[in-house]
Amino acid sequence: MPTVLILGAGSDIAVALARRYAAAGFTLQLAGRNPEQLRPLEQDLRIRHRIAATVHAFDALDFASHAGFYRTLPAPPDVVLCVFGYLGSQEKGQENWQEASRILHTNFTGAVSILNVVAEDMAARGKGTIIGISSVAGDRGRMSNYLYGSAKAGFTTYLSGLRNRLWHSGVHVMTVEPGFVATQMTEHLALPALLTAQPDEVAKDIFKAAERKKNVLYTKWFWRYIMMIIKNVPEPIFKKKKL
Amino acid sequence: MRKNISNWGNYPVLNCEEVSFSMEEQLLQYVNTHDRVIARGNGRCYGDASLGEHSVSTLRYDKVLAFDEENGVFECQSGLTLDQILDIIVPRGWFLPVTPGTKFITIGGAVASDVHGKNHHSEGSFSNHIVSMKVLTGKGLTECSPETEPDLFWATCGGMGLTGIITTVRFTLKKIETAYIRQKQIKAKNLDEVLQLFEEHKHYTYSMAWIDCLQKGDSFGRSILIVGEHATKDQVAAKAAKAPLELPRKMKLTVPFNLPGFVLNNFTVKLFNALYYAKNTRRVIENTVPYEPFFYPLDAILHWNRGYGKDGFVQYQFVLPMDKKDGLVAILQKISEKGWGSFLAVLKTFGKQDDLISFPMEGYTLALDFPVRNGLFPFLDELDALVLQYGGRLYLTKDARMQERVFWDSYPNAERFREIVKTWNPAGKFRSAQSDRLNFQFA
Ligand SMILES: Cc1cc2nc3c(=O)[nH]c(=O)nc-3n(C[C@H](O)[C@H](O)[C@H](O)COP(=O)(O)OP(=O)(O)OC[C@H]3O[C@@H](n4cnc5c(N)ncnc54)[C@H](O)[C@@H]3O)c2cc1C
Repeated sequence: MPTVLILGAGSDIAVALARRYAAAGFTLQLAGRNPEQLRPLEQDLRIRHRIAATVHAFDALDFASHAGFYRTLPAPPDVVLCVFGYLGSQEKGQENWQEASRILHTNFTGAVSILNVVAEDMAARGKGTIIGISSVAGDRGRMSNYLYGSAKAGFTTYLSGLRNRLWHSGVHVMTVEPGFVATQMTEHLALPALLTAQPDEVAKDIFKAAERKKNVLYTKWFWRYIMMIIKNVPEPIFKKKKL
Repeated sequence: MRKNISNWGNYPVLNCEEVSFSMEEQLLQYVNTHDRVIARGNGRCYGDASLGEHSVSTLRYDKVLAFDEENGVFECQSGLTLDQILDIIVPRGWFLPVTPGTKFITIGGAVASDVHGKNHHSEGSFSNHIVSMKVLTGKGLTECSPETEPDLFWATCGGMGLTGIITTVRFTLKKIETAYIRQKQIKAKNLDEVLQLFEEHKHYTYSMAWIDCLQKGDSFGRSILIVGEHATKDQVAAKAAKAPLELPRKMKLTVPFNLPGFVLNNFTVKLFNALYYAKNTRRVIENTVPYEPFFYPLDAILHWNRGYGKDGFVQYQFVLPMDKKDGLVAILQKISEKGWGSFLAVLKTFGKQDDLISFPMEGYTLALDFPVRNGLFPFLDELDALVLQYGGRLYLTKDARMQERVFWDSYPNAERFREIVKTWNPAGKFRSAQSDRLNFQFA
């Protein structure tokens, strides 16, 4: 059975992805900062889908541990899903470097650090799939969340470069750009219902797109067009919109 | 985020802060830093029982923790819904010990309302099948069962979330050979006859009746009694016998928006009931059906509650003691005189059970829907008076409007319940719009 490693397995999108992959018979490696908290999910997947699952400690901000973490996994994964992220607070981050650096390092540096390790291994094996969950927030900076947005922009660019490089070794890299998703991370925001996806829908989209080796997935699909428009609003107008 | 929410009856609509959690630690942290907290499952109670200042949604807390497939013992987090549980257990030859008329409720909601099914007279309500559970009370996370912390256990079963938030539940399942039910439908021409039929068929595990409460004279209370048993392997058709635990998948219908109020009026209700009765041309029909239409006939139409229009509706469900048949007649007569009958009126009999605060007691229970309109609440107050007069009570999970006194006068253990809750919820941290309306005064 193929194996999928989920980095940041506690989030709502990660849980939905874990269930999707488990339903397809994958063996699951669940990684997160607090492995004890992932035990219920591990049990849930085993019982529902009769698959094998393991739990591993992983901290995106502890860069030095990443190579060791990856080496001690029970098996080299066929698919790696990089799902962790930190929305943080833009306002707090403007005044407080600790918050700003946590946003930048979780969403960008931490992701690059672990995926560099994964990339070397997959390139050497000549196969594998890397899926990074970025965000439409990275497509254009807005006054309300440019710290998060810029870290995700960096991540998106990293993934596209990695995709180009690893294509030559038979490794596929997919970038996922979710729009609004109804998760715990966003439940304090008033999201427009029509534009908001459920974690299940996002997981289903990702699973399907990865099977088809898509390069960039917007989910829901119409975000590709919404972002096309947003990217093309002239700066003098965009500035005034206070978005 | 604060938002306007309502439960299944779309009445009342209250402005609440709704938050969710997926890990125990997040829940502890939230409850430690907030007051006026109430658990909310899938919002399938009809009124205000899971609404309040801070409604804590359990829906993300939905993991299966253990399943002993040999002995049929299942353990899960409280936000898991019955439909998900059925998807896991039915293919492995097990069934829920008790299920209400919808599978879209959570396990936490099943315990907090101590739900009953069509098998109450034979197998009791949900709490009769719980091995143990964990509750986050005002004093911290506590494990309870009928043996350990029995006070907390019995106050939590049917306790409407007032002892705290149920986090995990371990309960026993029931063995089945097939995913099908052998059912028998019998037409009864009036109330006397259907009550007689209930008596004659009480050895069946499952029973209930659809009753047409707009009829007068000779056909007053005409109904269809439906009884059933889980089918054995040799009772299902050859095709089903090949995979007796698998059901064919089917499409769901949905009502996409609130229908205007005029769609459901006296005329359409009469028409519906007439067609429903006409559909059964023979007096007795026996057949084998998948478990879904038998237990959950309404779930096939998602959001049927929107059919009552935007003002919403209330469900009126009461129980009367077995020897109070005249009370049942009096109440049905009042409804039929008023002509405000409901789409669905469901009649069942309950077996013995009178634990702390659960709804069921040995007797008849009737559930009816009433669209909210001018004059409805005074009319229901009149019905309440009859229910009280005949020694009955109303189901808290369906209630959105009963007056304080009705509750305190009709639940014999209400005072004792309040005393127990006070020890586990000493600062009145857990409270809902309903517990405020009924004036529990814990603190
Ligand atoms: C179509 C339909 C048919 C029904 N048929 C029946 C029936 O046949 N028999 C029957 O008994 N009921 C029936 N019901 C009622 C339903 O079973 C109950 O209202 C059930 O409690 C709803 O569960 P929920 O998960 O939606 O919880 P909610 O409606 O959100 O909450 C119900 C109550 O449970 C409490 N609660 C929820 N989760 C927890 C938790 N984790 N810890 C503590 N308290 C909690 C809430 O505070 C509230 O008091 C029916 C409802 C519908 C809509």
